[in-house]
Amino acid sequence: MTTDLLGNALNLQYELLGPEIAVAVTAALVLFADAFRRELNLGRFALPALSVVGLVVAVVLSSLWIDENKDFARLVTVDNFTTFFRFVFLIVTLVVIVGSHEYIQKHVSHPGEFYSLLLFSTVGAMLMASARDLLTAYLAIEVMSFSLYILVGMAKNDARSGEASLKYVLLGGVASAMLLYGLSFLYGVGGSTQYSEIAAALSRDTSDVQLPLVLGLALIIAGLGFKASAVPFHMWTPDAYEGAPIPITAYLSATSKAATFALLLRWFAGPLLPAIDEWQWMVAAIAVLTMVFGNLVALQQHNIKRLLAYSSIGQVGFMLMAITAVSDNTGSALLLHLTGYLITNLAVFMAVVAFYNRTGTEEISSFRGLAQTNPYLALVMTAGLFSLAGMPLLAGFLTKFILFQSVVSAGYTWLVVIALVASTVSLYYYLQVIRHMYLYEPDGDPSRWRLTPTGYLTTGVLLGGVLFVGLYAAPFYTVADRAIAPLFA
Amino acid sequence: MVENDAFALLAVFLIPLGTAVLLMLVPSKERSLIIALTAASSLAMFAISLYVFLTYDFGGDQFQGVKAWDYMSNVGLLGDEGIQLKVGVDGIAAAMVLLTGIVIVPGTWVSWKIQNRMKDFFILLYILTAGVFGTFVMLDMFMWFLLYETALLPMYLLIAVWGSTRKEYGAMKLMMMLLAGSILIFTAIFAIYAEAGLGTFDMVDLYDVGFDEDFQKLYFPMVAVGCGILAAMFPFHSWSPDGHASAPTAVSMLHAGVLMKLGAFGIIRLGFQMMPEGGAFWAPALMLVGITAALYGAISALRQTDMKLMTGFSSVSHMGYVMLGLGTMNVIGWTGAVLQMFAHGVMTALFFLLIGAMYDQSHNRDIPNFSGMAKQMPIWTVFFVIAGLASLGLPGMSGFVAEVHIFIGTFRVYPVIGGLAVLTAAITATYLLRMFSQAFFGEFNPRWSELKEITIAERAGATVLAGTILFLGLWPSPWVDRISTTIAQTIPGVTL
Repeated sequence: MTTDLLGNALNLQYELLGPEIAVAVTAALVLFADAFRRELNLGRFALPALSVVGLVVAVVLSSLWIDENKDFARLVTVDNFTTFFRFVFLIVTLVVIVGSHEYIQKHVSHPGEFYSLLLFSTVGAMLMASARDLLTAYLAIEVMSFSLYILVGMAKNDARSGEASLKYVLLGGVASAMLLYGLSFLYGVGGSTQYSEIAAALSRDTSDVQLPLVLGLALIIAGLGFKASAVPFHMWTPDAYEGAPIPITAYLSATSKAATFALLLRWFAGPLLPAIDEWQWMVAAIAVLTMVFGNLVALQQHNIKRLLAYSSIGQVGFMLMAITAVSDNTGSALLLHLTGYLITNLAVFMAVVAFYNRTGTEEISSFRGLAQTNPYLALVMTAGLFSLAGMPLLAGFLTKFILFQSVVSAGYTWLVVIALVASTVSLYYYLQVIRHMYLYEPDGDPSRWRLTPTGYLTTGVLLGGVLFVGLYAAPFYTVADRAIAPLFA
Repeated sequence: MVENDAFALLAVFLIPLGTAVLLMLVPSKERSLIIALTAASSLAMFAISLYVFLTYDFGGDQFQGVKAWDYMSNVGLLGDEGIQLKVGVDGIAAAMVLLTGIVIVPGTWVSWKIQNRMKDFFILLYILTAGVFGTFVMLDMFMWFLLYETALLPMYLLIAVWGSTRKEYGAMKLMMMLLAGSILIFTAIFAIYAEAGLGTFDMVDLYDVGFDEDFQKLYFPMVAVGCGILAAMFPFHSWSPDGHASAPTAVSMLHAGVLMKLGAFGIIRLGFQMMPEGGAFWAPALMLVGITAALYGAISALRQTDMKLMTGFSSVSHMGYVMLGLGTMNVIGWTGAVLQMFAHGVMTALFFLLIGAMYDQSHNRDIPNFSGMAKQMPIWTVFFVIAGLASLGLPGMSGFVAEVHIFIGTFRVYPVIGGLAVLTAAITATYLLRMFSQAFFGEFNPRWSELKEITIAERAGATVLAGTILFLGLWPSPWVDRISTTIAQTIPGVTL
């Protein structure tokens, strides 16, 4: 058995990293294929098809590690939590590619790089969920973020896209610096970059290092708050969401959020749990600000992407409540809610992609009369928006109910009351969109139109998912419960 | 009821849900198919609800037809019984199921003349109906609330798309106020679950917990106000006249007829049955709110000229009686409250049906514009007078049976409030009789000589409702037996 310099035994089973390797190799292949497109005589479906194959292989490889608990070289843990998020990220990327290859073809400047960077950022996200060492985690964050900085700027002929990318990279750099500075404090206090050793160090008396600990935690929360777009670190979100190509907006609101929450759970239920008294109030305060601010500002938006940006900020507030009251029950409820949120949010975004492919506009008022020109798409949008608002028979009701119940059961009734008010406010702005679709006559061409086959496929599957989770979430909840178990073992 | 009657309870809310799903598959051009489907579905609901009511055995257990199917258990914070699909009815719920069955039938029939997007209308209407039935039959707190919210959600689109006058305003106001109420109910449900610590949402199990008295005093008013908003409880009633006035006929019927009762039912199920001591503590407040609403609603109705607004305020007034009855904390007052829920539901449905039938032709509901309508539309007038007389509590009509119970119950605790309640009945008589004399009798206004008598479907629907009014008025014991035994059995602290 290999050991490191300090004599720690290292497990170098490379097959543990199978999914990450598969996706990274696919990303490289996509780049090559794109470079030799003419020579290889590739059609326009070649790159997305290649990416999809790579992702499916990665899904199969991930499924080999269900119910295992192993680590790779003391850097990466492969347990049910990792496997859960591997599945989540791979499927999100799959959906984004299948649902929007038409959009990418038309509105993205470099499709080859686009697919490749999307895959790289998925690798980063997967490693964020599985890291067991601060440096690995930090590198994973950067892999994901750097890919996204570029992706946000890839919309063709749209000045907003470049602006969004620049804002995102500048503010993202500051956030990364804060995070790294915070991690260095944590290293100073804990004496190690290994999660398990930090946990052990923080369990002992920390009163003589109180100040660096609190400072480090504050910087870490600020850095991660930026990635999760929690208020007051959310400034980049609406601009980046608005400027980015719509599939990337969907990806930002899905993978980038979910990966940050995977990391938050790993850290705050693991190495940082002993210091809960120092950070709990900070997370609670941010959760309140995020729920209230996100939902209030969403009321004034006219652009559907900005509206969804603020709505996703509001959703982050709900999820942060579960981090405040972190336990196995709130953790599994959070994973369940995250699942429901991802399915719902992707359904809405894929509908917006299909809508944009046809109309080329993102204004909420342009949704007028959609119920007449494309009743199916209007139904998908309505189900998705109602689900985000937490309306019954849809995913949002059930997952929010379980999430809020778990937070109340953990003793935070006051937080949930604020969340309920915020959630009710959110229905108001979702209704504004629905109102445009159902109450008014279409402005322009009143004839019916259809989606592309892949458009029907993705929106149909996601709509089915929204209904399925809303009607029968037991299997999802069971999976979430099994995924969270290793963190509290 | 035998145990297998649970399937009847399951069917009663799955039928409208299934119909809604089927309707989605029918092309909207196939009007006759849609009509056939909804006709069959509404009759099936009526038959099952009648069966549920009649087979409820008032000598037996409190909850009958109880059966539970596992939905989610042993995961996360849920225990063995976690969330179940648990159905069952007591005497109160059985009466409410029947009420819904009676109102949905004419509600469906009168909606067949809708021209604009009839299919979508029925899909939403039946989802709403499924929610209503489900709330009455569910014994699991999660499922109960899920279906309660399901009943509220379609209201927005139903009013905003198919309504009249200030429809968007009415729809949004209604939605926002009802959802504000939901916040309170949500909070109470979460707190009840956390406080009980049983790991189950089973209401029958939770009833036996015996919550701490301070807990009950804190959370009972949350439930009472949260559900009370839906029951148009004073001072949270302001959505109701606006909402009723702008809603399409069938929605007004279901809304005033059934949905408002859902609120009162919630106060009983989640409030009094769950937290009896808190209920007893707040009962005087409930009475005060009830009598204020009754008087205020009646006085406001005096001032209205729009028939629908008048009926809307009249509903506020009559729902005030329900709160009054619940606040008496004695069996007779409570029986009156539940009877009033039933009686008012049927009567208001008839009111809205008739007003809608006339408004569809005349596009006018201002009472001063009408005169001598009895000459032009005699059948319409007869039904209207029956509804009106029931509303003002004429003996032999359903309203009398309900109100007399409430008055007796009230006089037992606070004679002064009882006196005010009787005064309210007198004001009710004033505004209704004044409208009758103005609109129905006297010189005929030739402006309305184009108006036709109501259609066969409307006549049939009105007959069902008017028949129920007379039946309950002349022979109330099937209702009184079921309701009063349930109350005596189940609400600890309620005395004779």
